[in-house]
Order: sequence, then C-alpha cells, then structure tokens
Amino acid sequence: MKLTQEFTKGFIKENPVFVMALGLCPTLAVTTSVENAIGMGLAATFVLLFSNIFISLIKKIIPDKIRIPSYIVVIASFVTIVDMVMNAYFPAIHKNLGLFIPLIVVNCIILGRAEAFANKNTVIRSIVDGLGMGLGFTLALIVIGGIREILGVGQFLGHNVLPVSYKPVIVAILAPGAFLVMGVLMGLMNMKKTK
Amino acid sequence: MEFVGKIFTLAVTAIFVQNFVLSRFLGLCPYIGVSKKLDSALGMGMAVIFVMTMASTFTWLIQTYLLIPLDLKYLQTIAFILTIASLVQLVEMIIQKTAPALYKALGVFLPLITTNCAVLGVAILNINEEFNFIESVLNGFFAGLGFTLVLLLMAGIRERLDKADVPKSMKGMPIAMVVAGCMALAFLGFSGLKI
Repeated sequence: MKLTQEFTKGFIKENPVFVMALGLCPTLAVTTSVENAIGMGLAATFVLLFSNIFISLIKKIIPDKIRIPSYIVVIASFVTIVDMVMNAYFPAIHKNLGLFIPLIVVNCIILGRAEAFANKNTVIRSIVDGLGMGLGFTLALIVIGGIREILGVGQFLGHNVLPVSYKPVIVAILAPGAFLVMGVLMGLMNMKKTK
Repeated sequence: MEFVGKIFTLAVTAIFVQNFVLSRFLGLCPYIGVSKKLDSALGMGMAVIFVMTMASTFTWLIQTYLLIPLDLKYLQTIAFILTIASLVQLVEMIIQKTAPALYKALGVFLPLITTNCAVLGVAILNINEEFNFIESVLNGFFAGLGFTLVLLLMAGIRERLDKADVPKSMKGMPIAMVVAGCMALAFLGFSGLKI
C-alpha cells in the first residue's frame, strides 16, 4: 500500500470510530463540545503516534509472550506525559476531560494499532499510520461533538450558529444524546456502504 | 447507623445515579460487544464485579502505602494498569486451578477485562473522590453491580430485538446504540435523586 493511502485510510475507509467501532468510551464521553473533542483527539493522536514509533523500533527486542504488557507500559508512559503537559498548559481542557486522559491507556484504538500495525511494519509506515488513524479519530470526535453542540446549545466552537429563536435540545449534550447521535451516524455510514 | 446510611448512598449512586455505563460512559466496549446473549452477559457481569472489587482493593492499597509515601503519584496510571493486568492474570490462574466450573463460565471474559476502562476508571475515581479503604472496596463492588445490571437489561432487549423488524442499515451496532440511548434517558431520571 502506498504511503498516502496508508495515511488517508483512517479518515473514512477504516475510520476507527465509525467503521471499526473502537474507542467508544472517550468518543461518547467527551464529545459534549467541539473544543473537548479536539483536545481529546489530539491527545490520543499524540499517544498513538509516539507509541507506534516506539513499538515499531523495539518490536524485535520484545519477546512475543510478553508483548501486550510491554505495549501497555509504553502506552501508559506516553499517556502520563500527555496528562502532565495538558495539566500544565491547558488546565481548562484537562479539567473537562478529567478521568478520560488517564483512560487513554485502555483506549482500544492505540493498543489495536500497536498489535495490528506497528508490530509488523517499519518506523516510517508506523508514523504515517499513527498520524492517519489519530486524525481519523479526531475527525470522528469533531463530527459527533459538532452535531451535539449545535443541537444541544446552538453553538459551534462557542460561537452561535443558529438563530436566537432556536430552542436548544438539551438532551443532545446529556448522556442519552451521545448514544442516539452515535447510533444514527453509524446507521447512516452503513446505509452509504450498502448502496 | 450513619455508616449504614453512607453505604446505602454509595450503592444507589454507583448503581443508578452515576451508572458506570449509561452516565459515566465507562465499559462501553463489553456493554455493546458481550450483550448479544443473556448467559454470556451474566458471565461477563460476574467477572467484572469480581475484578472491579479486587482492583479497587489493591489499587487503593498501592496508592496509599506505596505511591504516596514514596512520592511517586505521577506513576499512578502505569502502576494501576500493571496492577490490574497482573491481577486479572492471577485471578485467571487461581480460578483455573481451584474452580474449573467457574473458569469455564468466566474464562473467556477474563482477558478482555484488562482493557475494560471501567476497571481502571473505578480505581482512579476511588482516589479522586478520596474514599477510604472500605468505601473504595464497596464502590468497586457496587459499580460492578451497576454495570452487570445494565448489561443484563441490554442483553434481554437485544435477544428480543433479533426478532424485530429493524431497517437493514440500522441492524447490529446502530440499533444497539439507539437502545442504549433510550436506556440512558430512563436512567437520567435517577439523577433527580438527592441523597
């Protein structure tokens, strides 16, 4: 596969959220606004990129039997770095995302790419794959976050986009809204695929 | 009496008001993935209750007697995920040796639990909420109970959903999401409980 294809496959064709249904917990939990969605997406992309690089570098040294625990330690180290950096420079977003930053460790997208891709491919390809998948994840979060923010408060990135007469559907930014929006979006993706 | 009241509050909060799946968005992967059949949902639920209680116990001890005295709090994420992973492995081996029947029922679910974010989630929440030892253990147990409750409800609904006439593109994941949304709406009613 060409490098450009490797990069763009995560956007739509193999989108980790909509097509592969990975990483559902952070996807639904943090998409109450576009700002949170971008924060979470970029944090996960950072961890994905660096864990992909690191794992593809040391893949020959790790014995096969303990590869999963080793991956988890690598991923957890990068998550700790992200946690500290965000706490220092973006305290507001860090507070909003809260519990879900340390929980990037158990995000199945990251462990999934480590096991399915970085484990078998060169460093360059792993970088491209990590970036593509991470951005695909961010994109999915922005789409869901955008829909929920527009429906729920009538805003996009904090700016009013709907007329003042619009009555916000508050349930969209509450927990049930996340499930409903996600279900409808997945249904639409299926419809497009089967056509 | 005060103590009993506190336990009751803890139970109602963890099972209904702040249900791990429907209001905190933790443990969604098994919630969607293992809810196709009632008996496997029951197996998964039992395994999660067990591991969550154990994980709450051990991570609290590690945080209080190891990480805080040694001033290593920044290693929390790494220490907790390693504890959970080795705990799951240990539990698996012990059950396999001592209770083969139980192992047969829970066996396939145990490895999956390591990457269940509800387990790491409850461990970190216990620390964030500054629970004492008994509260942490009970919180782990009740959170597992809440998870099992909604997992069983979901499995029951999905078994019937198989026979329902669902539009083709909504079959499987999308309709499961919408059902979860309706359940979350119902559970939203509990958030009015002031205790």
